[in-house]
Amino acid sequence: MQHVSPVREPLVTGGKTYHDVTQDVSRQVEAAPNIRWMAALAVALFFLGIFFYSVYRTLWYGIGEWGLNKTVGWAWDITNFVWWVGIGHAGTLISAVLLLFRQKWRTSINRAAEAMTIFAVICAAMFPVLHMGRPWLAFYVFPLQNTLGSLWANFNSPLLWDVFAISTYFTVSLVFWYTGLVPDFATIRDRAKGPIAKVAYSLLSMGWKGSAKHWSRYETVSLILAGVSTPLVLSVHTIVSMDFATSVVPGWHTTIFPPYFVAGAIFSGFAMVLTLMLITRVVFKLEDYITLEHIALMNKIMMITGSIVGVAYITEFFIAWYSQVEFEQYAFINRATGPYWWAYWSMMTCNVITPQLVWIRRIRYSIPATFILSIIVNIGMWFERFVIIVTSLHRDYLPSSWAMFSPSWIDIGIYVGTLGLFFTLFLLFAKFFPVINMAEVKSVLKYTVDNGPTYTGHDPHHAVHQPATHGVPASAPVNHDKHD
Amino acid sequence: MTKRFALGIFDDEDVLLHAVENVREAGVKIYEVFTPFPIHGMDDALGIERSRLPIAAFFYGLTGLCFALWLQIYTLGFDWPMIIGGKPHIALPAFIPVSFELTVFFCCHGMVITFYAISKLYPRWKTPVLDVRSTDDKFVVAIELKEGVDLGNVTQLLRANGASEVNEKEMSKF
Repeated sequence: MQHVSPVREPLVTGGKTYHDVTQDVSRQVEAAPNIRWMAALAVALFFLGIFFYSVYRTLWYGIGEWGLNKTVGWAWDITNFVWWVGIGHAGTLISAVLLLFRQKWRTSINRAAEAMTIFAVICAAMFPVLHMGRPWLAFYVFPLQNTLGSLWANFNSPLLWDVFAISTYFTVSLVFWYTGLVPDFATIRDRAKGPIAKVAYSLLSMGWKGSAKHWSRYETVSLILAGVSTPLVLSVHTIVSMDFATSVVPGWHTTIFPPYFVAGAIFSGFAMVLTLMLITRVVFKLEDYITLEHIALMNKIMMITGSIVGVAYITEFFIAWYSQVEFEQYAFINRATGPYWWAYWSMMTCNVITPQLVWIRRIRYSIPATFILSIIVNIGMWFERFVIIVTSLHRDYLPSSWAMFSPSWIDIGIYVGTLGLFFTLFLLFAKFFPVINMAEVKSVLKYTVDNGPTYTGHDPHHAVHQPATHGVPASAPVNHDKHD
Repeated sequence: MTKRFALGIFDDEDVLLHAVENVREAGVKIYEVFTPFPIHGMDDALGIERSRLPIAAFFYGLTGLCFALWLQIYTLGFDWPMIIGGKPHIALPAFIPVSFELTVFFCCHGMVITFYAISKLYPRWKTPVLDVRSTDDKFVVAIELKEGVDLGNVTQLLRANGASEVNEKEMSKF
């Protein structure tokens, strides 16, 4: 049962009817692409071109095109991998964890956030695959018996755990997202005018008709998927953190890593969701669906996870001192005062101070401030991974092999290239797929106070049959009087 | 075979829920109800049994767990044992992550494939629907007009229960 309080802010503003929801969301799918969208796509495609060029250089000339050296064998590639996977986590958090917690406000943002998850994981996967040097042998990561010998994959290795975690995460997120899209594809299919759109959306909608039995199963499937996706999303970044934590490198070998990485992932993910949503709501005129209230709520989650990350930074430092391990202590002093001090202090400023500004209500509800904060957080979280990876590696146990890392143009090209890949995919999604889950928004429309049961006044039958319970949700117990 | 339907169109889900209950009480069989979004209480009103998909999901998950454990124990413990970091061949704690991931993998995909299969949802070139508004903002109660089911009576019943329109529609292959 849904509890609706008169003081609670409405989830959807503007007194929308069900048909308005369909119209508002389908509009950009049906309309010809506007100039701003085309301009954005052109920019994204340009960066995608940079990506393809950098990948070509990497594959043709080898990993030597990157700035890696013998000491710093992992740098931008793994930084970007962890950064992208982390960004993806917010989508699953919104679609799964908030579903389990019955946070109905998630309905207007879950579709785009899940899309962001999928595209972010695609970008993330590029890095380990390219780092293999010979991606056509990528199937070696799967437990297939070696064709020349009898060797199997090593299941004790966190890198292999990563293979399983990321592939499970990607495919499960994909089916979760797609299953949610099916009813909305059906809506667009039934509105489609053009022959291509009719066939395309008919294929995509899998013959969905919205029958009550299907809805019943659909809800069961959503709930179970949410139930298993919740531990899954936690496991993914836990396993990513174990890539580092199970090694003996000072600065990596800490038990705090799994929760610290998960919090950081959600932190950066929400920042990216905010960045994307703030643009999407303006470009597609969805201000009534993605309201200031949504932005404030996401800001709050960003603040909480950001604070967890801040505590983790301080704890790491404390434990390094408390452990009495000389190497561990040096790793942390080196982070803050060594040659990479600027990366460390960028990380501290962006990730520890920025989210605390959200305590101020005016900042929480301000669109420009939120936009700037979200960008700063994403920069900060990139630096976090860079700091963890590069500063721990560049001065290891043996001072004679100490080295510095500087990225090559190809390193930079692949990174900005994945941004191009991400935005190309996101822009195509935003144009051809419904960016808001229409069915779910319709199902919460009546809960919102300013809609209430006043929603269809024009029909004479409604005057009689409308339950006279203003503000009470549709799912509230109804009295079973006979109407005739 | 062509089927004839009486379609009661409703504008509001609360009215629809009452109507469905009343129509069933009046002894008229409802062929199907089409709605643009899931309606809570519709399962009870229509007498839809609780889905057994969660049970299926559990067993899919169990299959995944067994497969993962077998895979890891067989390959590293029996088929080609290797000493890795001086640890036992069958190092169960190190097998937890992959076992968990495969449990989730089998559970999700098994359940979703089952969902699409039993609901007969698959890509098709054309999707005939009884009323295109049922994926937009209308709630459609479809009653099949067979022998003994009179259109006039059905119309009256649906109207009395708050249907804003009652239409007749013929569908082949539905």
